[in-house]
Amino acid sequence: MDLMDLNEWAFIGVFLVIAALLPIVPIAMGRLLGPRKPNPVKTDTYECGIETVGDTWIQFKIQYYIFALVFLAFDVEAVFLFPWAVAYGGLGFFAFVEILIFLALLSLALIYVWRKGALKWT
Amino acid sequence: MIDPSLIVSCSASTACSLAHAIIMSVLIFATLMGGFAYTTWLERRLVSRFQHRVGPNRVGPAGLLQPVADGIKLIFKEDFIPAEADKAIYLLAPILKAVPALIVLAVVPLGPPILIPWFDGLWYQVPLGIADVNVGVLWLLAITSIGTYGVVLAGWSSGNKYSMLGGLRSSAQMISYELSMGLSMLVPVMIVGSLSIADIINGQTAPPIVGWYLWQNPLAAAVLMIAMLAEVNRSPFDMPEAESELVGGYHTEYSGMKFALFFAAEYIGMIAISAIAASMFFGGYHWPLPATWAPIFGPVNMFIKIVLFLSGMVWIRATLPRIRYDRLMAFGWKVMFPLALLALAWTAVVLVVADMAEDPLVYQLVAGLVMGVVALFLLIWTWRRSQRSAAPLDVTDSRNSVGWAIVHAIGAIVAAPFAVYDWLMAHRGGFSGLWDVTRREEAARRAARAAAAAAAAAEAEAPTDTDNAE
Repeated sequence: MDLMDLNEWAFIGVFLVIAALLPIVPIAMGRLLGPRKPNPVKTDTYECGIETVGDTWIQFKIQYYIFALVFLAFDVEAVFLFPWAVAYGGLGFFAFVEILIFLALLSLALIYVWRKGALKWT
Repeated sequence: MIDPSLIVSCSASTACSLAHAIIMSVLIFATLMGGFAYTTWLERRLVSRFQHRVGPNRVGPAGLLQPVADGIKLIFKEDFIPAEADKAIYLLAPILKAVPALIVLAVVPLGPPILIPWFDGLWYQVPLGIADVNVGVLWLLAITSIGTYGVVLAGWSSGNKYSMLGGLRSSAQMISYELSMGLSMLVPVMIVGSLSIADIINGQTAPPIVGWYLWQNPLAAAVLMIAMLAEVNRSPFDMPEAESELVGGYHTEYSGMKFALFFAAEYIGMIAISAIAASMFFGGYHWPLPATWAPIFGPVNMFIKIVLFLSGMVWIRATLPRIRYDRLMAFGWKVMFPLALLALAWTAVVLVVADMAEDPLVYQLVAGLVMGVVALFLLIWTWRRSQRSAAPLDVTDSRNSVGWAIVHAIGAIVAAPFAVYDWLMAHRGGFSGLWDVTRREEAARRAARAAAAAAAAAEAEAPTDTDNAE
């Protein structure tokens, strides 16, 4: 790798280290300066003042999973668009036809998912 | 004038590089933290004006010390961990949410390189930004999606059903809108042919304002801004923390400084997306003050644009009600995603036609024509919508939802630049100076491309020694 490129990422490395320290310092300060008097009522789960019923990690809607799966498929396809977009200026007409076919396929997939009812929140 | 031989690039010297990295990081973090504090002040003042109140005005002049008082109060609050919580993850979550919000701006340059004199008689050329990496847009997308983990883990580890629901909702919402955001960010990338934010900003310099990529593809700009609003969970997309149904959402169980971190991350996220939107479609640091004359104007320009965007977000919050969750997901997938695909196809068509025509005027005409067709389509569509909803108002009808209102707004945004473009075409003579600049640049670009192609062809005909060796 080019030394210049490494240099840029080293800057980001420095930035990252300082960024990681930034949230830790206020939390530590809050720990030191704030009072600490926990009691069972205070540390209880707050659900609008009513006592919690049953386990917290309950079953939730399958719909969340379906959206995650649909997202994964489309996101992987969107990743393919990035190298194409960067090189688009020099590729000419062929790349244009190619990408129209690709976009058409993406849209077809979206229509399929849509018609299948996966995007419907029931 | 400075002797050009005395100017050295900062990256050539290790000491300068190191000093630049550290000083710039500290400066950016200080600005972001201060910006966060005063964004809360701005929001409270503006929202109270919208609601016919005065807002915080007791602590300092015009309430300007209110954020300081809030900060001091939060540090001295008790910071307890709920008995039901998963302790390690509960501690990690606010950090995971705050760090990405802080580092996302690392790749966004805030001005052109600045010349700083030093004691050794040399002038150091220091870039006004952390780093200008060649994968800047990818960095933005990657880092913004890491913030989702903070929200999900906070919701999951709190040991509270409301928190968990808030976290789940947020993750589903963020991934849905991330797709449209990524696709609309591709439009400037396509026009410039580079993933570096500095290249994207410098591609929008001439002519001022008209050169902004907003006019090349207003649809993509609108999609990007709406998707970014959803990414930072701002109203009307503030589902994860819908206080009327989920208490506080994912941060219900957080108190003291940990709660403040979630709060800070949200506001710093707002600042970050304003900076990103300004760089991608609104000319970055180049306007209204001439940043090429004095680099120090760059950050000032960015500041002006960011404050305008922030005020816009506060205005949206004061105006629009929260969207119901099913409609929010439907809007993301059934309106935003197809619109993002359409915007991508639009720019692809315009660019390929311009490439074949080899004439910038044809390119401008085609861009205007495509914009006209899209605007006409949207106008007819919205007109038919309005005809249909002329029937007695039915509140349960989803056509009257906020989602459709936003689509109408996109129609208006699309129509406005078309009118501007029309006007520009009518007054072309008066703008001949501007047009000549773009034409000359276009011609130079084409010549360079043709030369490169010719060189490549010559190389292909005469195989070099390395080819033979292989």
